[in-house]
Amino acid sequence: MSLAQDDRGQQRAPGWLARRLHRSETLRGWVLLSPTALVMAVGILVPTAILLAMSFWSRQGLDFDTTLTTANYARAASEPIFGAFLLRSFWISGLATVLTVLLCYPMAYFVAFHIHHNKMLWIVLITLPFWTSYLLRVFAWKVILGYEGVVNSGLLSMGLIEEPLAFLLYSQAAVVITLAHAWAAFAILPLYVSLEKIDRSLLEAATDLGDGPVRRFLRITLPLSLPGIVAATFLIFIPTTGDYITPALIGGPDGAMIGNLIQLQFGAVNNWPMGAALSIILMLWIAAVGVAFLIVTRIVKARLA
Amino acid sequence: MSDGSYIQRPNRPLQVYAALFLIVLYVPILFLPLFSFNASIYVRFPLEGFTTEWYRQLFQRDALWAAFRNSLSVALTVSLITTALGVLAARAVTRYRLPGQSAIVTFIMLPLVVPGIILGVALLVLISRLGVPLSLYTVTLGHLIVCLPFSVATLLPRFEGFDRSMEEASADLGEPPWSTFWRVTFPIVFPGVVASFLLTFTVSFDEFIMAFFLSGTDPTLPMYIWSQLRFPREFPSVLALSSMILLVSFLMVFLALWIGRLGAVDTRSEGRVE
Repeated sequence: MSLAQDDRGQQRAPGWLARRLHRSETLRGWVLLSPTALVMAVGILVPTAILLAMSFWSRQGLDFDTTLTTANYARAASEPIFGAFLLRSFWISGLATVLTVLLCYPMAYFVAFHIHHNKMLWIVLITLPFWTSYLLRVFAWKVILGYEGVVNSGLLSMGLIEEPLAFLLYSQAAVVITLAHAWAAFAILPLYVSLEKIDRSLLEAATDLGDGPVRRFLRITLPLSLPGIVAATFLIFIPTTGDYITPALIGGPDGAMIGNLIQLQFGAVNNWPMGAALSIILMLWIAAVGVAFLIVTRIVKARLA
Repeated sequence: MSDGSYIQRPNRPLQVYAALFLIVLYVPILFLPLFSFNASIYVRFPLEGFTTEWYRQLFQRDALWAAFRNSLSVALTVSLITTALGVLAARAVTRYRLPGQSAIVTFIMLPLVVPGIILGVALLVLISRLGVPLSLYTVTLGHLIVCLPFSVATLLPRFEGFDRSMEEASADLGEPPWSTFWRVTFPIVFPGVVASFLLTFTVSFDEFIMAFFLSGTDPTLPMYIWSQLRFPREFPSVLALSSMILLVSFLMVFLALWIGRLGAVDTRSEGRVE
């Protein structure tokens, strides 16, 4: 819209800026892009910078002491509870990620190779639940796994169990199941795209040269879909590590994750600088795990080739 | 495509798996509407009879309707602004060769993967440092950040499949830029605009974590639901409310994906040639 206005502006007032805009395509592009980039900068870069600064402050009564100190980080390193929560978050979301990618791969494979008509309808069907309220999908699992929930009461009324299974809700397993279910669409899309791109003639060539279905899959399909697997792993692992809703509603004490700890610092504990430090630590660890994962996939890829 | 090819031969186990996958994907959500019609305050089997009582009760809750209006106005504002910004960004990225543009697109997509809690507390810290009181405006700002990636991701394929020679033809035939935009450019990208609007509206309407950190005294609808979740006694009415929200969300998103994808498919084949 503003492009058209720019063009009109040039005809009316051939000022300096208008002449520059007319001559430089790049500048016009930047002008068009700038509102969006500005919103994102204000919404992400500036807040992150202040978050980083705050992580070096300390709490003083109801206010903050803004002299820089690494005390928060020292505390995070020395008190085992923080490391334990971080480790548990990585463990839970790592499990959820592996489970999701494993379960979604055959589905993505099916749509990519065995659906020939209405592929889009399938993709829409698979991704549809992902777009609806995350809170409500987690609530659904609470209803299902609850002490008097769907599973327990169902099994009870069928006479299969005598007493409700207490371990269903408020456990790590419950969190893993809920996360895997909630993020399935995020895994399906990159997997599907990478499988769909595979040149079908490569598969025919492998078969003609004597590979059976299993060898063909291991030597052609799997390596070529590796980028999709990597993307899916990232897309699920990163957001789930810092998830708050699922552990808060489903996790209980055993399933609480680093997100809950961060929220506590900004809520009940009211130690914002500590919360800021934990957020920064979480981001750094996610980045570190991500880089390590990338390096490993590089090596694996090099071995396969 | 040769349908008789051995690679594309129907694979029975895989078909069964796909069916199971869809069932597992949808059944958990479908328990919400199922129990919302159950004539018992307890959410458990066996079902005790059909009732619309829980739905009737919703209409007597003023706090719920206030929260609903809050969510509606936030979602409308957010979807309008993000779609406008998304159009500008998609146009800029596809029309011009900008140095560092892929880095910027990656940056815009960042909120898709950064844990929501980090974006939430970072904005909270900024807003409180500026001394701005938390309100629906701060929630709107948070939702802008969350929704922009969805808008750009929806609009980019639309603009990528865009054939520039159409615009050039229009200009050669003497149309001024403004009317070229309205008569050529806009109709071509319109389905993407509609899809982006519907998607960002739904995402904002359903968003919880930003609202959790950034809302003041006026709750959004998900915040209202969250506050009710503490009371098991309220579960049936939350179920009724959730079922209605889910139904509307499903319809809107289905429409959005359908409109957006349909267009993207037939233009993509042309776009690939470049």
